[in-house]
Amino acid sequence: MLIKMTKASDIKSSEITPKAIFDDRRQFLKTAAFSGLGFAAGSIAPSSFANEGRGKKLIGIEPSKWTQKSVGEKLTDYESVTSYNNFYEFGTGKQDPLTYSKDFSPKPWTVVVDGEVENPGTYSYEDLVNPHTLEDRVYRFRCVEAWSMVVPWVGIGLADMCKRFGPKNDAKYVAFETLHDPDRMYGQRSRVLEWPYREGLRMDEVMNPLSFMAVGLYGEELPNQNGAPIRLVTPWKYGFKSIKSIVRISFTKTQPPTSWNMSGPREYGFYSNVNPEKSHPRWSQAKERRIGEFLKRPSLMYNGYGEEVASMYVGMDLNKFY
Amino acid sequence: MTQDKLIQRALKPLVWVLCLAPLLGLTGLAYMGEMTANPIEFLNRYLGEWALKFLLSALMMTPLKIVTGWAGFTRFRRLLGLFSFFYAVLHLSSYVGLDQFFNWKDIWTDLIKRTYITVGLGAFIILAVLAATSTKNMIKKLGGKNWNRLHKWVYVAGFGGCLHFFMMRKGVQAEPLYYAGFLVLLLIYRWVYYLKKQRQRTGKTAPAAL
Repeated sequence: MLIKMTKASDIKSSEITPKAIFDDRRQFLKTAAFSGLGFAAGSIAPSSFANEGRGKKLIGIEPSKWTQKSVGEKLTDYESVTSYNNFYEFGTGKQDPLTYSKDFSPKPWTVVVDGEVENPGTYSYEDLVNPHTLEDRVYRFRCVEAWSMVVPWVGIGLADMCKRFGPKNDAKYVAFETLHDPDRMYGQRSRVLEWPYREGLRMDEVMNPLSFMAVGLYGEELPNQNGAPIRLVTPWKYGFKSIKSIVRISFTKTQPPTSWNMSGPREYGFYSNVNPEKSHPRWSQAKERRIGEFLKRPSLMYNGYGEEVASMYVGMDLNKFY
Repeated sequence: MTQDKLIQRALKPLVWVLCLAPLLGLTGLAYMGEMTANPIEFLNRYLGEWALKFLLSALMMTPLKIVTGWAGFTRFRRLLGLFSFFYAVLHLSSYVGLDQFFNWKDIWTDLIKRTYITVGLGAFIILAVLAATSTKNMIKKLGGKNWNRLHKWVYVAGFGGCLHFFMMRKGVQAEPLYYAGFLVLLLIYRWVYYLKKQRQRTGKTAPAAL
């Protein structure tokens, strides 16, 4: 019988670093460095949102290569991001979504996945999100109304999520739908748009590394007015493409109808990529007002994401496919 | 107190205060930080909506006179119309000075390319002409008949304002339609009243065609 004699120099089991933390040691160092940096820079770095604390904190978030530093701009403050919204499901005023989404409790939430996929079905929010590691991504956000923000989203790469559904070769597009429930979404009682809200992407756009499924912002669960519990973020397109409160993801053979295109085909195309050269009947898209700034600034082609996305549109007449 | 004195000494000052109340309200909103995350847009929309509200109020005075039988209502028509112009001036100034920051090239592009802005400026020009010719002197100079004909353009300005508002909003939004609907109601009321009067005067049945 072996009797284990404990020596003073032996490492106590309570001192052993759990494997998970050991594996994450680089991450830990990065985070620590980031927090320090954030503190020094007046707490604008994504890992130091300690002062927000309005919603439930999300845990286990990894940084991505799309950081505040890579955008090179100040984040739009939490207050503005969560009080100045276009989300017609809760009213057409900018502050209506904040006001009228207060009692909207998104969970439990399910998303129907159908069409040209190997694994169709009804997925719970947890089924959709839990298998993935959450990421922090700081993206510019450009509304078609010529205002813009810089938002630190939390979520999952859209491609990673969609690959799990097993898209078939026939799947050329993906269509998204927002919840249609006028009892819970007050704005749907008036027919500003044909409900439910619909959006869509071409398959290569879905698979583009920039396409993102957000479940949070500023390190916290997505507030109702920002499209809880899960929304799309396609930063090189006008904001209305980034459909909120998604309940259906359909893989289709043909280009799906999209809400604003149905409402005003002359004004809103299927692609709706940010394009300062393509003038809009309602707004010049050459400039934009960054929320919090006085003077307008020039808008960037593909909202500054040309390097990542321009290759998808080579050979397309952008005046025709706007 | 005679009716004239009542209007001059009590009601007119009261209407002045009411007409300036939106500016006071704006100061309050600004002080409380309630002008949304995009205060320039908020200010511009706020002023535009009040210009339209005062224009419709001015147009409501004659129907109110007919309904209530109190002729005093028409005494406020010019005041309300001028306040509509006042808010329209502020609305336009906020666009030129704040939204576009005097970028005349961009303003010109907006004007020729964006129909709702063209329509808005058209309505503004009408209001400016009507404001400039709103004095007693101008009525005399133009002659009552001409002056009346000129000031009929206020309806065009009203519809222009509603159209400007409707086109500016995305999708089919209810709010601008309420304004337009109200304007249509006011016009229908006047038309019906006019037909009735004409029938009384001629003793004949109403004309079949408009």
